[in-house]
Amino acid sequence: MSKSKVMWKRFRERLAEIRWEVRRRYYIFKENVNKKTAKPKAAVKGFFKKYLVQPFKKYICNPIKNGYVKFTKTKVGGFLHKYIFHPVAYFFNRFVFRPLGQVFNRNFFHAMIYLLPALILLCIFTFYPIINSIILAFYKNYTPVDKMFDGYTLDNFRDIIARPGFVAALRNTAIIVFISVPISVIISLFVAVMLNSIKRLKSFFQTIFFLPYVTNTIAIGLVFSYMFDYRYGLINKALKVLGIAAIHWKDAQASYFNAMTTLMIYIIWGSLAFKILVFTAGLQNIDKQYYDAAKVDGTTRWRIFRRITVPLLSPMIAYITITSLIGSFKTYTTVVAIYGEEGRTAGGKDLRTIVFYVYDYIMGGKALNPGELSRGAAASLILFGIILVFTLIQLYVSKKRVHY
Amino acid sequence: MEVRLEGLTKQFDETVAVDNLTVTLESGKLIGLLGPSGCGKSTTLYMISGLLKPTKGRIYFDDDDVTDLAPEKRGIGLVFQNYALYPHMTVLQNILFPLENLRINRKEALARAVEMAELVGIKELFDRKPSQLSGGQQQRVAIARALVKKPRVLLLDEPLSNLDARLRLQTREEIKRIQREVCITTIFVTHDQEEAMSISDEIIVMNKGVLQQKGAPQHVYNHPINLFVSKFLGNPPINTFEGSIKNGKIYVGDVELGVTKFKDQDVIIGIRPEDFRVDENGFMVKVDEIDCIGRDTTLHFTLGGKHTRALIPSDSVLGNPEYVHISVKPDKIHLFNTDEAGELVNE
Ligand SMILES: Nc1ncnc2c1ncn2[C@@H]1O[C@H](COP(=O)(O)OP(=O)(O)O)[C@@H](O)[C@H]1O
Ligand SMILES: [Mg+2]
Repeated sequence: MSKSKVMWKRFRERLAEIRWEVRRRYYIFKENVNKKTAKPKAAVKGFFKKYLVQPFKKYICNPIKNGYVKFTKTKVGGFLHKYIFHPVAYFFNRFVFRPLGQVFNRNFFHAMIYLLPALILLCIFTFYPIINSIILAFYKNYTPVDKMFDGYTLDNFRDIIARPGFVAALRNTAIIVFISVPISVIISLFVAVMLNSIKRLKSFFQTIFFLPYVTNTIAIGLVFSYMFDYRYGLINKALKVLGIAAIHWKDAQASYFNAMTTLMIYIIWGSLAFKILVFTAGLQNIDKQYYDAAKVDGTTRWRIFRRITVPLLSPMIAYITITSLIGSFKTYTTVVAIYGEEGRTAGGKDLRTIVFYVYDYIMGGKALNPGELSRGAAASLILFGIILVFTLIQLYVSKKRVHY
Repeated sequence: MEVRLEGLTKQFDETVAVDNLTVTLESGKLIGLLGPSGCGKSTTLYMISGLLKPTKGRIYFDDDDVTDLAPEKRGIGLVFQNYALYPHMTVLQNILFPLENLRINRKEALARAVEMAELVGIKELFDRKPSQLSGGQQQRVAIARALVKKPRVLLLDEPLSNLDARLRLQTREEIKRIQREVCITTIFVTHDQEEAMSISDEIIVMNKGVLQQKGAPQHVYNHPINLFVSKFLGNPPINTFEGSIKNGKIYVGDVELGVTKFKDQDVIIGIRPEDFRVDENGFMVKVDEIDCIGRDTTLHFTLGGKHTRALIPSDSVLGNPEYVHISVKPDKIHLFNTDEAGELVNE
C-alpha cells in the first residue's frame, strides 16, 4: 500500500471513532436531560403509554403507515403522494394543526378553567343576547308572541333609515358626541391641572367637583330644568342682573339651538366629575421632578402643560376620550332628564338620539306588532356599527399619539 | 463663576433643613457637598438653583444677588438624582428642550446639542427614548441637557447613586473629565465620602444642616476639625477612644499614646487605622485577628475596651504573631473635646 493510502485509511478510522464518541456523548446527554425533566406523574403516563398509546400505534397506526408506504412505492401512488397528499398534509400540518396546537396548549386549558365562571355568565347575559339581536335584525315580520317569521330580509334597516326623524336622531347624536366630548375633556383637564396646583383646600375642591358623580342624573336634570326656566330660572335672573334679555332655554318657544345648548351644558357638566377624578389621579402619578426640571429651563406654564403634562397624561386622555365617546353615542337618560320621555321640547323641537329609536320599537306595547322588535334590533346594530367605527379610528389615532 | 452663600437657612415647618450656611464656592472648581442622608444637601442645592426659596440668607453669583431670581434667570444646569428625563421625548428632544425655551433657532440648537452629545459621548443614541438607555447613558443625557444652555453653574444631585458599583467608578471619572473640559463651577452632592474625596477639588462637609468643614479633600481628611468630620471621612473609619491628658501625655486607660502641649483634661482620641505603625518601643497589644490583603494588613485588637483597626504594611509583621508592639505616628493623634460638638482641643 502506498503511504497516502495508509494515511487516508487512518484518517477514516479516526473519523469513525469521533463519530461514535459524539453519538455516545449525545446519548448520555439525552439520558441526563430526560432524568432531569422526568415528572412525578411519569408512572401514570407510563401506564397510559404502555397499555393505550403503544398498542394503538402498533396495531392501528403502523399498519396504516406501512400500507401507505407500500402504496407510494407503486407508480400511481408515488405520483399522488408527491404532488397531492404530501403537499396537502404538509400544508395542514404547517398552517393549521401546528398553530392550533400552539393556541390550545396546556396553558390555554388552565386559563379556561379559571375563566369558565365569568365566561358562562358573559355567554348567558352578553354574548347570547348580542348574537340573538343580530339575528333578530334580519328577520322578516317577526312576532314575539308566537315566535314566527317569514324568512330573512334587510328591510328592517331600510325601514329605520327611511323613517322620519332618523336623520334628525343621527344629527342630534353626532352633535352631542362631537361637541360635548372634546369640550368636557378639555375643561376637565384644565380643572384637574388647576386642582393639582392649588395647595390649600385641595380636597375640599376635589369633593365639590366630584359631587355630580354621586348624584342621580334625573335629580340633576330636574334642578337644571328649574335653573333654565324662562320665568323663574336662576340663569335668566343672573342674565337680567348683567342686563341681558331673558332667553328661552328649553320651553315651547325655545329654538333648536337653545334647546341643544341647554342639553349640552347639562351633559358636559354632568360628565366632568368622573373625568376630573381620573385626571387628578393621573396628575398625581407624574413625577414632580419633571416640573422642577422644566422650571429650571425656564419653561412657561403653557409649554409645560403642552409638552409635559399632556403627553405624560395621554394614556388617561385616550382612555377617557374613548369611553366617553362610546358613552355619549348612547346618550338617553340626560335627554329624558330635561325633555322627558318624548325627547322633544314643548315647541316640538326634536332632541332624540339613536337610543330613543331602539327604545321606541321595543317599548310601549308596540313591540308585539310584527317586525317591530327586529327594527329595534336593526337600530341598535346601526348604533353599534357607528360606535365601532369611531372607536377603531380613536384607537388608531391614539396608537400614534399616545405615549405609554 | 463664584457662588457665595451667606447665612442661608431653610426651614420646613418644624425641621431646619439648612442652618445658617455661609460658604464661598470658588470659580471653576468641582466642589463636593458631602454629608449623611437628610443633612440638607439637596435642599441647599435646590436653593442655589432657585427651586426652593430660602427662609433666610442670601445667595450671590459673583457679585449679583440672585436670591430672589427665578431659576431660569440664574443660568444654572441641574441634574436630578433620578435624572428626570422626559420619558416621551427622544434623547435629542430632551437635550433640545431647554433651548426651545430660549427661542434659539433650530440650526444652532442642533449644533449645540451635537456638541454636548459629543462631549458626554452619547451621539449615537439621539433617537432612543430614555427607557431604552442604561443608567449610565441616562445620566450622560441628563448632564448634556443641563449643559446645553451653557449654564454658569452645574448642580448635580447624587448623580451616581442610581448606578451600579462598576459604572459608578467609571462615571465619576467621566464627570470629572467633563467638568475639566467645560471648566464650569460644579457642585456635586453625595453622601458617599469616597466619591467626594476622589473627584472633588474641594469638599464641604455638612451635618444636620450645619456646615462642618470646607477644604481640599486631603486636607479635610488629615485635619478634621471635629469628631463628626473625622468619623465621616475615611474607610475603614477612624478609631476613637475615650482618653485623657495627664502632664502633657495622652493616655487611653493606662496606655500612653503620645505627647501633647495641651492642659490636663478628658478627651476623645481619634486615630486613623493607617496612622498606627509597628514599633519595638511602642505599647504591646494582643492581636485578635489579622487580615492580610496584599500590600496592607489589618490588625484587629482591643484598646481602651474598644475594637480597633490598624492598617500596616504587610512586610512589617511576620506570620501570625499573638502580640505586637505598635505606636502612633507623631502628630497623627486627633484630640477632640468630650462635649457634643466634639471640636478639636485647643487649649
Ligand atoms: N419639602 C419638604 N418638606 C418638609 N421637609 C423636608 C422637605 N424637603 C426636605 N425636608 C427635610 O429636610 C431635611 C433635609 O433634606 P434633604 O436636603 O433632602 O437631605 P439630603 O441631604 O439627603 O439631600 C430632611 O430632614 C428632610 O426630611
Ligand atoms: Mg438628597
